[in-house]
Amino acid sequence: MRRFFLITLIVCASPVASAADAQLTFELPKIDVSEYHRPYVAIWVEREDRSVAANLAVWYQDKDGKDAKSGKAEPGTKWLSDLRQWWRRSGRDQTLPIDGVSGATRPAGQYQLAFSSAKAPFAGLAAGSYKLVVEVAREVGGHELVSVPFAWPPTTPQHLAAKGESEIGDVKFDLNP
Amino acid sequence: MKKPSQWAVLALAAMLPLAASAHKAFIVPSTTVLSDGDDAWVTFDASVSNDLFYFNHHALDLDHLVVTGPDGKPVAAENKNTGKWRSTFDVHLTQPGTYRVAIENSGVFASYVDAKGEKKRWRGGVDKLGDIPADAKDVEISESQSSVNTYVTLGKPSGGALKPSGHGLEFAPVTSPNDLYAGEAAKFRFLLDGKPVKDLKVTVIPGGTRYRDKQDETIATTDANGEFSVTWPAPGLYWLSASLDKQKPTTPKAKERRLGYVATLEVLPQ
Repeated sequence: MRRFFLITLIVCASPVASAADAQLTFELPKIDVSEYHRPYVAIWVEREDRSVAANLAVWYQDKDGKDAKSGKAEPGTKWLSDLRQWWRRSGRDQTLPIDGVSGATRPAGQYQLAFSSAKAPFAGLAAGSYKLVVEVAREVGGHELVSVPFAWPPTTPQHLAAKGESEIGDVKFDLNP
Repeated sequence: MKKPSQWAVLALAAMLPLAASAHKAFIVPSTTVLSDGDDAWVTFDASVSNDLFYFNHHALDLDHLVVTGPDGKPVAAENKNTGKWRSTFDVHLTQPGTYRVAIENSGVFASYVDAKGEKKRWRGGVDKLGDIPADAKDVEISESQSSVNTYVTLGKPSGGALKPSGHGLEFAPVTSPNDLYAGEAAKFRFLLDGKPVKDLKVTVIPGGTRYRDKQDETIATTDANGEFSVTWPAPGLYWLSASLDKQKPTTPKAKERRLGYVATLEVLPQ
């Protein structure tokens, strides 16, 4: 047992293992309504002054939709401003799609996003206090925002959690030095 | 005396947004913050009503509708229609930034006694003052300038459409009028002929007056720099208004100038 600890200690102290990582697990709950549309989701890292340090994910209808009645094409970007905090803090400064960040909407379920200090956007994240923010807006449905405060880089393993009430389920943010 | 035309009445209502009557002129946008870069449209309702923001008194005349694009150039409104209680029109937002949508009215009011001894009232443009008979007596002329405004933004807010012209009572926002959120303070500025207006009372009333007993108005006062701030208590549409009277007219024939500014502002939830 003692020997095992020793090995662990050595591994942690070695420069190879010094890359911190962050894993986000969050749930888009199944919502039982007659008209369900996959929600728009934005996930970002917010500085203490509420400016955006990094966009982690933006899920939206990235192809033109079709109006059921007129058959006219309607761009999915039309509803991006429904992610009103993200739109205000970052979206309106962006050109969609955002490479490596934006993608199509997804069905209800649990999702995992993994990040490492060795790669963007966490590679460029200055040491400090942040909030991980998850914002969800669903067409003809609700809107919710959940945030998890964290310090970067982590000095000890952190298992942070938050929970939404309607459009967002459990949010877990695990950080490892 | 000739009965004033319906349009004259409407124009008068638009010119006097804060006149003694309780009527409030407004333009309500269908949305104020847009993200649709390809084919963004906003539709507007323009009305003079007792209640905010319902249509129950007059349609607002669109003859003096001015839409200014983010580049400061005029944008044509489409699908204009004037109904019984409101006018409607659409604006196609073809470039990103903030748009100012306004109905601007200016003119002079005159009262005089004509050669037959009859008391007359007249209104028109400053350039038409010559229409008042040369033999008129007891001529009293006052000038009026007013605007009914709202703002919409495609993408990132910008300032090109908000640049003051240096004429009349103008709203010079410090905070973008399309970047307003409940619980936050917004700072704005008023200018008269390009100069800060001190001690101007600015009234702010939340919409939805039909469903409550009180107006719930708040009154802010501008400082020496013409600035004032408003902390929005809740999300929703707000009607902001300010007026000035007894100001120096632009035409020496007028005794005074009255000015009014109103705007419909949308405050979003956090």
